[in-house]
Amino acid sequence: MSIMVNNKKIDYVEQESVQDLLKRIKYTFPLVIVKINGKHIPRDIFMTKIIPDNSDVQVIHMISGG
Amino acid sequence: MVIIIKMKKDEIKQKIALFSHKSVGIAGAGGLGSNVAVALARSGLLHLVVVDFDKVDESNLNRQYYFRSQVGKEKITALKENIENINSSVICDFQNIKLHKGSMWKPFQYVDIVVEALDSAEIKTQFIEEILQNLPNKPIVAASGVAGIGNSDRIYTKKLGNLYLVYDEEAKSSDEDILLAPKVCLFANWQANIVLELLSNEDVP
Repeated sequence: MSIMVNNKKIDYVEQESVQDLLKRIKYTFPLVIVKINGKHIPRDIFMTKIIPDNSDVQVIHMISGG
Repeated sequence: MVIIIKMKKDEIKQKIALFSHKSVGIAGAGGLGSNVAVALARSGLLHLVVVDFDKVDESNLNRQYYFRSQVGKEKITALKENIENINSSVICDFQNIKLHKGSMWKPFQYVDIVVEALDSAEIKTQFIEEILQNLPNKPIVAASGVAGIGNSDRIYTKKLGNLYLVYDEEAKSSDEDILLAPKVCLFANWQANIVLELLSNEDVP
């Protein structure tokens, strides 16, 4: 029972939302884009979207400057 | 006028000829956008859509593709002049508008590839999300972590489906670190290079 987050294997936690996962891995950047198994997860459902077992989660953060 | 590219191999010539039929949309004409547009114009791209609402300021000249004589001009007007000075055949569909939440994706519906060249993290995130949601089949080339000096070797391309992010994930934000030509132009040209790579790949719709 595990998931991949940014290509690193971590434990799977039952009923864990995207928001809970970000907290668990201490990904504190405020502006992130999340994909689970290639599918984009809009920010407004981070609290409700539950991460399935064996998911491939990709998290990137946007940094100001251009 | 046609940009002259001295190449011996026909195969590569044909690849480059493909660029002239494609269009690229750039959101923002600041440090990233102005340099991406110039790099693409120099590479033979003939159709560019650029959206920005700002005017050229003296403080932009440390990294953006503008000149002292252009301070005070609308960026899109100044950028159009600079591109015409490189290649007068480029069709510049440049729009002086501010992108608003919910409709940021709309000016980019008809381009082949979108380049995210915005400034604040908040607006970058919003823009990328809107493109991913509304134009899911459109490749988008974004940048994150352009501030600072050095650490060029930390930059890499993170590919997530149709999203190509030029990324220095350890960089500080521009509120805490300096924005200067070398790193900003490195990112901009890296983005332009991905655009060319995608366009020369025939799988791109």
